[in-house]
Amino acid sequence: MCEKSKVDVNARILERNDSAAAHNAAHFREHGVVCVNLMGSPGAGKTAVLEATARFDRGKTRIAAIAGDLATDNDADRLKAAGIRAASINTGSACHLDAEIVHRTLHHFDLDGVDYLIIENIGNLVCPAVYDLGQAVNVVALSVTEGEDKPLKYPTMFAKADLVLLTKVDLLPYLVGHVRVPAIMDSLARVMPRPNVIAFSAHTGVGVDEWLQWLEQRKPAPMEAQFA
Amino acid sequence: MHEYSIIHALVESVGAHAAGGQVRRVRIEIGTLAGVDAGLLTTAYEVARIGTICAEATLEITPVHAQWACPRCERILARGSKLQCPECDLPAALTRGDEIVLAQIEVEIEEGKESSHV
Repeated sequence: MCEKSKVDVNARILERNDSAAAHNAAHFREHGVVCVNLMGSPGAGKTAVLEATARFDRGKTRIAAIAGDLATDNDADRLKAAGIRAASINTGSACHLDAEIVHRTLHHFDLDGVDYLIIENIGNLVCPAVYDLGQAVNVVALSVTEGEDKPLKYPTMFAKADLVLLTKVDLLPYLVGHVRVPAIMDSLARVMPRPNVIAFSAHTGVGVDEWLQWLEQRKPAPMEAQFA
Repeated sequence: MHEYSIIHALVESVGAHAAGGQVRRVRIEIGTLAGVDAGLLTTAYEVARIGTICAEATLEITPVHAQWACPRCERILARGSKLQCPECDLPAALTRGDEIVLAQIEVEIEEGKESSHV
């Protein structure tokens, strides 16, 4: 004889990832580090944003980076060449980073003297949005060459974004008649409740100062840090 | 294709809640803004359940449609509109639609065997 019973669970399926993310977040807080999950399509300019930040800021801002990459260490090598302390995570064929893989990397990553740790996620506008890594903020790099309606096609990614860096704006003169910035803004407003956007060019340095100010505002207030 | 990793986490979670019973049915809720594809989840489940506690369990997926509302006046915003309350001028909040949740499992427990798992 068997007895059938229904068990109401109502638990997040990714609760193991969530607890690893909470662990990472505590680690960042202890070190006074603001962690940024930097996401975007392949080729959106995520690595270039960080290179330009180091170049135009002349290394004054203490940024470190962990770069997710399917198969190469190229991004981490570029970041190191730009003077940024960097490590890479090779995911093989996995399309996203998760909190546990970041946690394993943090074991070997020196956060001393670092104000901002940028986790450059795998180039992908779908999967990375699903996994919390323990970051304080989500930033999405969206290049003007990706078209006006990209946010509408990937609403989950943009709904979770705290900031969009609109990259490659130096190319806008070549896109006249094809891509209009107000149309990109309109798309964002329909998927992102607080459409914060910084126009950015890794080529000319436009937006670097504004991006650094935005990061500065993400730091916990001194009182909070003291009692955290 | 993060659906496979979600299904692995699901099977693990079902095991934690099944209390040793034979799992017959698993019901999950997936929000339309969760960034997860129900079709791919089903395909992943068919492969991943083999040889696990879910081997004999059917998977039922309940979609949860995303809803944005004003945090002050609670007005529900029309789908596709700007995510700003036209009355209060406040950014909307997602009230549902990002769920990736194990809602319920149905288990069969052999009589007299129940206590051995406590």
